[in-house]
Amino acid sequence: MAEPRRRADVVIVGGGIVGCSTAFFLRQRGLSVVVLERWLVGQQASGTNFGNVRRQGRYLPQLPLANRSREIWGRIRELTGSDVEFMPVGHVRFLWSEEQIDVVEAYRREAATYGLELHILGRNAIREKFPFVGPEAIAGSWSPHDGHANPRLVSPAFARAARRDGAEIVENCDVLAVEKVGEDFLVSTAQGDYRAPVVMIAAGAWAAGLSAAFGQPVPLKAGGPQMGVTEPLPYFVHPVVGVATATAEEVIYLRQIPRGNVIFGGVRRGPASLGAERAKYDPDGVFAQFRQVLRLAPSLSHARLIRTWSGVEGYMDDNIPVMGASGKVAGLYYAFGFSGHGFQTGPGVGDVMAELIATGRTTTPIDDFHIRRFGEGGDAGSPG
Amino acid sequence: MADPRIIIVGAGPAGTRAAEVLVAAGLRPTVVDEGSRSGGQIYRRPPPNFTRSHDALYGTEAAKARAVHAAFDALGDRITYRPETLAWAIKDDRLHALKGSRSEALAYDALLLAPGATDRVMPLPGWTRPGCYSLGAAQIALKAQGCAIGERVVFLGTGPLLYLVAYQYMRAGHAPAAVLDTSSYGQQLSGLALMAARPGQLLKGVRLLRALRRGGVPVLRNVEPLEVLGDAHGVDGVRFRDADGSERRLACTAVGMGYHLRAESQLADLAGCEFRFDPAVQQWLPQTDAMGRSSRANVYLAGDGARLLGADAAETAGRLAACAMLADLGHRQDARTVARLQRAMKRHARFAEGVARAFPWPHALAAELPDATLVCRCEAITAGELRASVTALGAPEVNRAKAFSRVGMGRCQGRFCGLASQEIVAAACKGRVEAAGRLRGQAPVKPLPIALLGEDGRG
Repeated sequence: MAEPRRRADVVIVGGGIVGCSTAFFLRQRGLSVVVLERWLVGQQASGTNFGNVRRQGRYLPQLPLANRSREIWGRIRELTGSDVEFMPVGHVRFLWSEEQIDVVEAYRREAATYGLELHILGRNAIREKFPFVGPEAIAGSWSPHDGHANPRLVSPAFARAARRDGAEIVENCDVLAVEKVGEDFLVSTAQGDYRAPVVMIAAGAWAAGLSAAFGQPVPLKAGGPQMGVTEPLPYFVHPVVGVATATAEEVIYLRQIPRGNVIFGGVRRGPASLGAERAKYDPDGVFAQFRQVLRLAPSLSHARLIRTWSGVEGYMDDNIPVMGASGKVAGLYYAFGFSGHGFQTGPGVGDVMAELIATGRTTTPIDDFHIRRFGEGGDAGSPG
Repeated sequence: MADPRIIIVGAGPAGTRAAEVLVAAGLRPTVVDEGSRSGGQIYRRPPPNFTRSHDALYGTEAAKARAVHAAFDALGDRITYRPETLAWAIKDDRLHALKGSRSEALAYDALLLAPGATDRVMPLPGWTRPGCYSLGAAQIALKAQGCAIGERVVFLGTGPLLYLVAYQYMRAGHAPAAVLDTSSYGQQLSGLALMAARPGQLLKGVRLLRALRRGGVPVLRNVEPLEVLGDAHGVDGVRFRDADGSERRLACTAVGMGYHLRAESQLADLAGCEFRFDPAVQQWLPQTDAMGRSSRANVYLAGDGARLLGADAAETAGRLAACAMLADLGHRQDARTVARLQRAMKRHARFAEGVARAFPWPHALAAELPDATLVCRCEAITAGELRASVTALGAPEVNRAKAFSRVGMGRCQGRFCGLASQEIVAAACKGRVEAAGRLRGQAPVKPLPIALLGEDGRG
């Protein structure tokens, strides 16, 4: 076996969807890259999330990034050489109450200025288009070009493609410390040291400890999505389905794969610990989830749940990710804290971060996500 | 501790004997069991209106079955008995129990898991045709429904149950077409010395074989099963290689298959118990001490769900685990009783080691399965697709292979395909099966209705 590459243009800490896609796009730009992953690539938030490739409902300033990502999703098979089960089947959010109509209408108008096409459908239109929906739904917001994909496959697909293109992906490699030594970063791991002039922290829920070590603490908490899947049923829910609501207990989302299984999540997050490799599904939450699932698709009352799972996701206090150059330490970059909605943007984040690292600028605005919003503004000059 | 809340999962031989010991100590355990009557799988009781006697149902084991049933019935209302109840999850010292469509969380101070075992099955080309059953299912058909799985049955696999079920079928008037055992005569001889730890059991086995021979049932050893023949409507034969290496066909209308047992260990997994790989039986099993204490302070394990030692050992293990629980709850234990039970466990363990040696899990067969063979019948995934998750996609262990291929993600959650799929993954990784890791358990243990009601009766 060849000696592992110990030096590269870029070392990425964390092999989730962000780390793996950044590595892939850095190789496209000709930079050498090493990804260090504590367990297996895409094992945590990237692999255990719902699989939503959804733009509607996002924080508006994130839409340019989501649009860029959506464009990559459309080419993901050709880029990675893998079928990640991406299905642009559309995304619909149902409304339970009249008050939400103004909210989704306002969102539709604003989103249109970002190029996101949404349609507000009335009571009859949703029943015609989505005959599965329960009687409580009064309207829907339809995003025809969103969809879903299999999260278990996506990060490994980017990792394989990056490796094929010359990246070094090191799994089961615990990063112990990241320090700046002269012009270089020294990344110490249980399997030896790595050096690079550029380091990107893409360690999800585990990232706060690393940013804090560079004097940039952030309010990041671990949380576990509560996910379940039914036995296979006839394929009757074609779009990804969600709810537009201001009530946390009503937040539910589901999708069906052509194989027939209905995957769902929502209502509330479970606890997750940075000390554990796995977060566990909370069986007490099952009743509240089932109630909301049945509001969306009452015919699921005949179905059975066959599996539940959770994972470790990193949530920022403001639910907005940290993304961009450190601004404080030259050569240091961050991309983490995607707060439970980083799957759709993942490939776009990888593309943008690779662009930023390679060129020093990005064609997609990401300023709103800069770590300086938590204070400790940057003073160490130019990124890249 | 005043009135400790104790839950026993399983009302087979282990759960019954544990409940008996706890009740004798003045405690009132809750017994959660999936069955509608006690007895577990081995001493499964027929519905109340069935008239076949213990002797007809359990043959040589009738006296034991009768004793275990009587012991459970004698507990009466000194236990809280929850039959037809599925323990589907465990978290934070609470057991989630489903009865019908209602689920409630039962808090416990101490939990004894005695969930038993299932058949260990090995995929085979054609094994999903109608007319293929596991050995256990073939036995249940006879015990609980009073019917055979077919007119002309071949029993295929290895292990004591292979012969026992064949014998029971013969006794019930359905002499099998043949018994095809993957173990060789030499392997069976090599287990003899260890099995002599329980001469009575060994003798029963020898008698059983003799009865099959007298009954004219052909017994072939050292066979390599190749295919279950037939079409989408049923089975019409089996194809196999005999001990001489010649390919042969045998006509039949049903096949009963099994390779000894597989521990039902998901509840222990959900409770957070640590596991170890047992090389004798080639399975990951939850760790226990000599008393049945798991790695979790208040979780105890007994019976075939913890160690595959058989029904008699399950009775002993149930008693021992109850003793351990009582000791941990501050009750005085009679040291001589405990020592006697532990000595018995050693004999059982020695015997079981002999059984494992005599009837080994033919793991190489899994590694050699043709690519087109269905491995995961829930998700319809073939051996080739599973192998590709390792060779083409780079899965280094079983959980990643599952994530890529969906083997073990269906209704059975890997309870049936898991062991064979681990062998296939390990072979594709060119490593040992223990190095390929252990499939993680996830709730629910068995499918849970979405139209679920809570304790308050609300959905």
